[in-house]
Amino acid sequence: MAVLTYRDALTQALREELQRDDRVFLMGEEVAQYNGAYKVSKGLLDEFGPMRIVDTPITELGFAGVGVGAAMVGLRPIVEFMTWNFALLAIDEVVNAAAKMLYMSGGQYKMPMVFRGPNGTALQLGAQHSQAWESWLAHIPGLKVCTPGTPADAKGLLKSAIRDDNPVVFLEGEMLYNTKGEVPDGEHIVPIGQAELKREGDHCSIITHGKMVLVAMKVADDLAKEGINIDVVDLRTVRPIDVEAISKSVQKTNRAVVLEEGWEICGMGSQVVDFIQRECFDDLDAPVLRVHQEDVPMPYAKNLERAAKPDAGKTIAAIKKVMYLD
Amino acid sequence: MATKVTMEALSPTMEEGRLVKWNKNEGDQVAAGDVLAEVETDKAVMDLVARGDGVLRKRLANEGDSSPVGTLLAVIATPDENIEAIIGSAAGAAAAPAGQPAPAAQASQSAGSAPQTPAAKKESSGGSSIPQSAAESQGESSTPMQQRGGPQAGAPPSPPGRPAPPRPPSQPAAPRGNGAAHPGAPAAGGRQRTSPLARRLASEKGIQLGAIRGSGPGGRIVKRDIENAKATGGAGRSAAAERLAAEGDFKDIALTQIRKTIARRLSESNGPVPTFFLTAEFDATRAAEMRTQLAEMGDQYKASFNDIVIKAVALALAEHPEVNAHWLNDKIRQFNRIHVAMAVAIEDGLITPVLFDADRLTLWEISEKARDLAKRARERKLMPEEYTGATFTVSNLGMFGIDQFTAIINPPEVGIIAIGGVEERPVVIDGQLEVRQRMRVTMSCDHRAVDGATGAKFLQTVRRYIENPLSLVI
Amino acid sequence: MSTEAKRAPAQKRNEKGAEKGKPGNNGSESSPANDLASTTPEVRRELLTSMMLQRRFEERCAEAYALGKIGGFCHLYIGQEAISTGVMSMIRPDDYVITAYRDHGQALARGISPRAIMAELFGRATGCSGGKGGSMHLFDSETNFLGGHGIVGGHIPIAAGVGFAIKYRRGNQVCVCSFGEAAVNIGAFHEALNIASLWDLPVIFIIENNRYGMGTAISRSTANEDVIVRARGYRMEGESVDGQDVFAVRECMARAVERARKEKRPTLIEMRTYRFMGHSMSDAVSGTYRTKDELEENMKRDPILLLHNRIYEAGELTEGDMHKIDDEAKAIAQDAWDFADASPEPPLEKLYTDVYADTSS
Repeated sequence: MAVLTYRDALTQALREELQRDDRVFLMGEEVAQYNGAYKVSKGLLDEFGPMRIVDTPITELGFAGVGVGAAMVGLRPIVEFMTWNFALLAIDEVVNAAAKMLYMSGGQYKMPMVFRGPNGTALQLGAQHSQAWESWLAHIPGLKVCTPGTPADAKGLLKSAIRDDNPVVFLEGEMLYNTKGEVPDGEHIVPIGQAELKREGDHCSIITHGKMVLVAMKVADDLAKEGINIDVVDLRTVRPIDVEAISKSVQKTNRAVVLEEGWEICGMGSQVVDFIQRECFDDLDAPVLRVHQEDVPMPYAKNLERAAKPDAGKTIAAIKKVMYLD
Repeated sequence: MATKVTMEALSPTMEEGRLVKWNKNEGDQVAAGDVLAEVETDKAVMDLVARGDGVLRKRLANEGDSSPVGTLLAVIATPDENIEAIIGSAAGAAAAPAGQPAPAAQASQSAGSAPQTPAAKKESSGGSSIPQSAAESQGESSTPMQQRGGPQAGAPPSPPGRPAPPRPPSQPAAPRGNGAAHPGAPAAGGRQRTSPLARRLASEKGIQLGAIRGSGPGGRIVKRDIENAKATGGAGRSAAAERLAAEGDFKDIALTQIRKTIARRLSESNGPVPTFFLTAEFDATRAAEMRTQLAEMGDQYKASFNDIVIKAVALALAEHPEVNAHWLNDKIRQFNRIHVAMAVAIEDGLITPVLFDADRLTLWEISEKARDLAKRARERKLMPEEYTGATFTVSNLGMFGIDQFTAIINPPEVGIIAIGGVEERPVVIDGQLEVRQRMRVTMSCDHRAVDGATGAKFLQTVRRYIENPLSLVI
Repeated sequence: MSTEAKRAPAQKRNEKGAEKGKPGNNGSESSPANDLASTTPEVRRELLTSMMLQRRFEERCAEAYALGKIGGFCHLYIGQEAISTGVMSMIRPDDYVITAYRDHGQALARGISPRAIMAELFGRATGCSGGKGGSMHLFDSETNFLGGHGIVGGHIPIAAGVGFAIKYRRGNQVCVCSFGEAAVNIGAFHEALNIASLWDLPVIFIIENNRYGMGTAISRSTANEDVIVRARGYRMEGESVDGQDVFAVRECMARAVERARKEKRPTLIEMRTYRFMGHSMSDAVSGTYRTKDELEENMKRDPILLLHNRIYEAGELTEGDMHKIDDEAKAIAQDAWDFADASPEPPLEKLYTDVYADTSS
């Protein structure tokens, strides 16, 4: 097993799947000649040529639709958005076309495609470039939504996504590309819809996904020093959600904090809390608390940005509250 | 700071209480835990204890007064503290409907349903460290985290639509959820708050929630409170509870169609509890002989007929779970544990203290507990958890010279046994007329749950035990 | 959905027509629009039959809508039949068709069975989309009919994607994509045309210019009413034709199809037409945004009337023949109605199917 960056793990998955199936192609802004804005597609143009690694104009709606059309007639497109913030321009193709084509055609047209790109907050990029979109996308029946937090999950989930016959939204953590971790070589598949218990503890559960997995792990480390043991449930996929994994953890710990990058109202956490109250009502010793971005657009100034984001400190405060330790 | 003394809900069903006697006078120094007064609930006379330290500055209720739960009865404060505002607020608070939460609580309950006020938004963001604003300007020094949740324990309930009275800036807010400051202060309106887990654990361990003081926010009973209750012996019956915890408390029996039809038709015909009666005459000669022999062995072995009947009924219930049950309208709940209540006449009514796990008590344990319960019942000193939670009831009027009567079922129980006096009567045995000690027993059965044959078989088992009394002591 | 329903007579008839109308047979190189000699009498009769079927079918749709058998939005094609018939007669069965929500006429002309279409409109299990699509979402994978699409302009980039897939596989099919003139102002149109030209994709974009985007006249919505100039902006061949003249439609299509198959270049075609009905069934035919006079003037150029008159004048058709074609069209529409009416509703368990495909590959 090699230690790879999240970026290289994604590149490895892309390369292996492009080699495996010649219906697979990658398109997006700057993916070919420039090797990708975040260098995820580095070296792929040389290996696979311009018909399979396709530079597009800056025209998200247009090339997202091209992906939909190609998928309808049997190709397996991977559409890269330079960031998911830009993908809002293409949302009609994702939500109204890709997600619904199988259903409104009565099962005649499958959509084997992936929409991928960086998601979530970064550093001082301001209001339009620092946003987490998973709750929007997870709302839509017909889509699957992956949010890997580690290099191994990034590789394993991307391979699953490319092989899936449904439109898969693949949200990469913009701040995760340089993070490192062990990644199994070759055929490493992480099934879509399966959470992973990243840390075991019996005092409180943190339910989280994506970049916030790292925050949760830090919180677990910090609290272990105080003798508080945390269960960290990494959802990995937010549609479908692994309700069983959530229930199992909360039934063990009796307390939960749901941690996410996005905003509060109708966030992923709202859904997770709903599952918890349904599945674990008689197991709860405290109301479930949520940690999320403050209910404001992302500010630019460093101090304001820090205050707006969910972090370890806020998470620890929430955990102590559900444990009646504050 | 001042502590309010309010009429507390001292029994599960209590809505108002009568102040029987003040134990402290105005000006007396009191400490948390001191008994301030005796209060008569709907069932018993209970102690009202101080929830804070200081001087009993003002008594607002007179002996003999009845007050709804939540009514301000007195104020404890430092000798020079101004308590006029608290006394003044009593009128307004009394006018507010019971259970009316303070505005802060309303805001937090609606958190999550947009649109919200800025304050509500802030309160609803768990773990938030957003810059402080509105609430702080009222003089609160708590953190935003602490502002979430229910009304602060001890804070005066405000009439709806009016902001909570400002706290003097010099006095920090009491930390919420601090069990030491306000142990077990019930939520506004007297409803005990319990976490779902704590409720389940208490049920599994057979712990009465009413006996526990919650350490969570607003007096919420949480997991650790149940664990502590267990560790300290809880309500005095945790040993049995622990012994049985693994077995589970009960089994719910879904209603079959025929059971539903029986229940519906018979209820139409005969009251909400369609009762029928089974009478049998037992031979108590051997039981009487045993009683005499036991008494000769020494006082500690004495047992009354009542004790013998309770023990026999408890053992019979173990063999007939269909009788050891509650009728819950949509199902029958059969209990795995046997808690036999005994009806005790008191001066102005009737109370039914419970012998928990009666089947597992020795005859002498039953005897001792029954005596103690009866005595304290007559003194009106029973705790609520001592007269609730029965699975079956025995009523005995033999001591009043009654030889046979019918008793009224105490729902949701499905049966009650009425015991008449033991008398010498002539009976024919093997063709010979003999004089024997006889006792008449009448069982009232809720026909929705118990059919005639079921009740009859149960009585047969009771007869077997009574007529072979050695089986009750070995 | 029943394959039996899909393979009804209309499809066979149309496939036959399509074969005969192939560019190789019918002289896309040289024949002028009004040269009757460029088509055989049989082909001309097929064209008339196809247009007549659409007319009678849509009339029955209006009736079914009034009776509540069809619900939701329902956009009729009456007045524009020369376009669907002309376009479909010039492409092959393995080519692709994608269109907007005014899709009944396109679907009939492409050869989806009238039974399956009417059943879809009635919301029945035998519909061409299993009753899950409705009037705006007719789909049929057997005829490569990639759907009616309900968001103005949203399907235009999808057509470019189909063109991309054809090129990716080095195929020689074409993709025909039609939409109303109001769609030329939406971003998706521009993004798709740019990509199609930039990447040399075999797509034929057809503007069915009926002069009204819902109730807004083109003069009130579009800075330059001469919409075909937009082709030049994307270095694309563009052409405007009389969309009421089925021969003009065919001739223009012949050039575009040739360009797509051989040069792999896209074409933008404006076909000028007029809708004789309201925008949808809930819209008045005239009065609010167009006058009765204007409507009547345009109805003089009814595409069916124009075709009929020309064949009749050429002596190829008797009055009896015309009645026969009309009676047959009415009979097929009636048969479709009866079939749809007798068909079962989709079983409730279908509510949850087709949300996700099983991934087994």
